[in-house]
Amino acid sequence: MKSTKILNGNQTIGEAVRQIDPDVIAAYPITPSTAIVETIASFCADGLITGEFVCPESEHSAMSVCIGAAAAGGRVMTATCSQGLALMWEMLYIAAGLRLPIVAAIANRALSAPINIHGDHSDTMGARDSGWIQIYSENCQEAYDNFIQAFRIGEHSDVLTPVFVGLDGFIISHSSEAVQVEDDAAVKKFIGEFKPPYPLLDTSRKFSVGPIDFTDYYFEHKRSQIEGIENSPRVIEEVGKEFGRTFGRTYGFFEEYRMDDAEIAIVVMSSAAGTGKDAVDELRAEGKRIGLLKPRVFRPFPHVRIAEALKKMKAVAVLDRSSSPGAFGAPLFTEIRSALYDYEKRPKLVNYVYGLGGRDIKAEHFKEVAAKLERIADSGKVEEMLGYLNLRE
Amino acid sequence: MKKETWKELPIGTVNIHAGNSVSNHTGTWRSGRRPDFIEKNCIQCFFCWLYCPHFAIRVEGGKVTGFNYDYCTGCGLCAEECPTKEKAIVMVKEETKLAEGRKK
Repeated sequence: MKSTKILNGNQTIGEAVRQIDPDVIAAYPITPSTAIVETIASFCADGLITGEFVCPESEHSAMSVCIGAAAAGGRVMTATCSQGLALMWEMLYIAAGLRLPIVAAIANRALSAPINIHGDHSDTMGARDSGWIQIYSENCQEAYDNFIQAFRIGEHSDVLTPVFVGLDGFIISHSSEAVQVEDDAAVKKFIGEFKPPYPLLDTSRKFSVGPIDFTDYYFEHKRSQIEGIENSPRVIEEVGKEFGRTFGRTYGFFEEYRMDDAEIAIVVMSSAAGTGKDAVDELRAEGKRIGLLKPRVFRPFPHVRIAEALKKMKAVAVLDRSSSPGAFGAPLFTEIRSALYDYEKRPKLVNYVYGLGGRDIKAEHFKEVAAKLERIADSGKVEEMLGYLNLRE
Repeated sequence: MKKETWKELPIGTVNIHAGNSVSNHTGTWRSGRRPDFIEKNCIQCFFCWLYCPHFAIRVEGGKVTGFNYDYCTGCGLCAEECPTKEKAIVMVKEETKLAEGRKK
């Protein structure tokens, strides 16, 4: 039976895992994703999860267990963040290269040094070329909904690609909200059965998985892998709509908030988008024509759709919760700037890095950005393209 | 064999050609040393056969009779593991054997 429960982000993922009941769960605890693993462990102890729960000695081993179990043909998940995700690094590429649709919940957290346990997107952004699909959540409800959809997306026969579901460390992982938890049977029916193309437990066929490729085959296999994630936009869209028809909450690649007649816009992902929407409401009440665009899917990057949504703006600020030292802007900014390159009429674009190591972002900071966007829209001139929000200068 | 295009390959680095490593002649990596079989010292313990990483120990009629040099990489594990006091397998310089071959 569906019900409304008061849950934090980690508990919502635990609820989803209980409902999905994967064949194998392998995870190592790390703040702030530890409670995901704890919740799963207690469900296992209570017999509410029947899948195999493996507690290995590190995140590297956790992802290795996931890879082995997924290659055997199982439905598999894990949870981690930050240093834990970093320790999984080489195995992330192997999961993607072997086309194993493992789902990982990531309670996004800053990377050391300096050591910090709070929320930013450095961990998954660093893994943006690992071949995993990346979906980000604004709140606990989205984390729950995205996590369920992730299995359908990754396991689709045209996709077969692992998926990260991001929920901001502490801000979502440890904040309690009223969450609509759907009916167990309805969730099971929605995700359906996973049919792997080459499960190692199928002994009726002779094949090996992941043997060495030299100069003669590696390139072809990599191209084939790219096709999987390039097929995913269609599936992401279909699954998002079907989720809406089934449970009443429809998902796409991004959310547009008060963008219809906007002249300036702020692009921001995850939990900060909630604060951003409040700021937009206040600015709208003052008569400002401002909107907000919240990307949900970062990999595959919906470059055409986002460019179409932004092309008519006069000025746009892209807010990144990670940095890319030495690059021409932070990850989200460079993607969007590149997406707009082919448009003759395009907005002036600025980039702000915010919230590293869990630093607060408040409505006043969005208003600060909005004031700068207004000046750019009026003058047509960008004085400072790359900046930092709420940093002591 | 014609190599597949990326569209023809099975999904996920799967190799559906079971046993195709036979076509990979690992003996071409060998340089410097190769094992030499001294039959009179051999007690047919099969340690060499067990340890050889490339299945390069030749067995005929249930007995070890030497090596398949198409696959022997010259690693020397067989000679190392040979348990007899007077070794039945010794590693020799590649050029020594080639020179012997020419004399005959």
